[in-house]
Amino acid sequence: MSVRVYDLAHSRAGDKGNTSNISVICYDAGHWEFLERELTVERVADAFRHIAKGPIRRYPLRNLKAFNFVIENALAGGVTISLAQDIHGKSYSNVMLAIELPDPK
Amino acid sequence: MSKHTVRIGAGAGTSDDRMLPALELAERGDIDYLVFECLAERTVSRENLSRSKDPDQGYSPSLHARLRMVLPTCIRKNIRIVSNMGAANPVGGARAARKEAADLGLGDVAVAVVLGDDVSSLVKHKGDLRLIENGEPLESILPRMISANAYLGADVMCEALNTGAPIVLSGRVADPSLFLAPMMHEFGWAYDDLPKIAQGTAAGHLLECTASVTGGCFGWPGKKNVPDLARNGYPFADVRADGSIVISKTPGSGGRLDVMTCTEQLIYEIHDPTAYITPDCVLDISTIALRQESIDRVRLTDAMARPATPTYKVNVGYADGYIGEGEVSYGGIDAVARAKWAAEIVKERLRLQGFIYDDFRVDLIGMSSLHDQLESRPEPYEVRLRMAGRTHNRKAAHAIGFEVRAMHMHGPGGAGGACEPRVRDVLAVKSVLLPKSMVNPQVVVEGKL
Repeated sequence: MSVRVYDLAHSRAGDKGNTSNISVICYDAGHWEFLERELTVERVADAFRHIAKGPIRRYPLRNLKAFNFVIENALAGGVTISLAQDIHGKSYSNVMLAIELPDPK
Repeated sequence: MSKHTVRIGAGAGTSDDRMLPALELAERGDIDYLVFECLAERTVSRENLSRSKDPDQGYSPSLHARLRMVLPTCIRKNIRIVSNMGAANPVGGARAARKEAADLGLGDVAVAVVLGDDVSSLVKHKGDLRLIENGEPLESILPRMISANAYLGADVMCEALNTGAPIVLSGRVADPSLFLAPMMHEFGWAYDDLPKIAQGTAAGHLLECTASVTGGCFGWPGKKNVPDLARNGYPFADVRADGSIVISKTPGSGGRLDVMTCTEQLIYEIHDPTAYITPDCVLDISTIALRQESIDRVRLTDAMARPATPTYKVNVGYADGYIGEGEVSYGGIDAVARAKWAAEIVKERLRLQGFIYDDFRVDLIGMSSLHDQLESRPEPYEVRLRMAGRTHNRKAAHAIGFEVRAMHMHGPGGAGGACEPRVRDVLAVKSVLLPKSMVNPQVVVEGKL
């Protein structure tokens, strides 16, 4: 059994230049430790390997029961020159939400 | 005398933001200030090009419609307007705003104009400045430079508010600074009053994308419900002299404003959460607490900040060739195979004509246009082929859409619905840091006070 990030958290993606930042915000603060343990930079890098070159940094935001993932080289050069349809990478939060993690129970 | 509580509303969060919620906020929100943030990264570059064609243009084209809509209410209710809609021509924007006011029968409405963000003549001689994005010298893009604008801070916007003009118009100013300025003006906050500057900057960041805290870009059927999203309202902040802040939204509007929506916006476009750099301070959002106070009211506390850096970030816009694109659809049996074949034919035809591209991309919309990984996606009933390329040759850019459209007659069977060939100029943006001492922000007033 596994859970998706989607089951435990909500998420929004933002852009600055060629860098995407993706928040992961727990519905229930009780899941923060689980995500801190399981939603590693490695797992996120694996999910984004077709999209972003990285590097990726993870910033824990315990007060906000959240994490901020900052993914570099993620936006095909950035909004102004990208050939992508979703030049801002707004839809990237859905790649994050689809990541599967081991069952917390 | 300072007021007890000052209410600052958000009227736009991007150049294309929806209009009507701003009027509803002005009419029903009991606000003191209405802030229109209307400049994306490359908007100033685009407006610089407009001004080079017509010296009266270069401000945000939406200025006319936005002001025409809200000015009667704002003047009647004494709501002051703060905006960066001046873009590449704040004085031109001020004159246009005054004309709108006069045409509406509102008389002589003064506009305080913030100047000094345009540093293009200054950086022209500073080719050795390093581009933040790739470390190369500014020299490398100077010959193609269209604009260079410093992100000014709340200090000069506050100075403009001190003139008493009902409207303050600027070019490039950092988004949160547009909201911090009225707080500094009302309460006399100075930059060394860091806890208050931090609170005000965090509030500005929450408000700067309007509907993003009121249920826009948030809802999810069956998971994150947003009531009456079609009528979602715009947010405002209730700010007190001690730096206490509550975020809320237009009474009676749709949408939702709670800790969840505010948290999404708080982290939005932040990198290191302990160091969100604005011209006014270095904000730390990691200490912030958000608390639901009542329905649609969230209290923001515990923002912290360090003093501002000694530099302004400067966005340098430059011409970087063209992007061409085309689309055509395939449906039914073997739709994906036919779309893939069409892509190979178009690529071959472009190659035979000798066109080369700095970057080229093939999307199958419905499968791989957002998140790639074409080979692992299930085949849909129908698929739309999209091809796009970037090049410095305009003909090569146009040829992409031309050849994709030609799939109607010269490609695999059953192609439908190709779009017209699309070509757009690429306005690229990179940035440098410029010592604040070299920049001279200033305020001029158009009209009588």
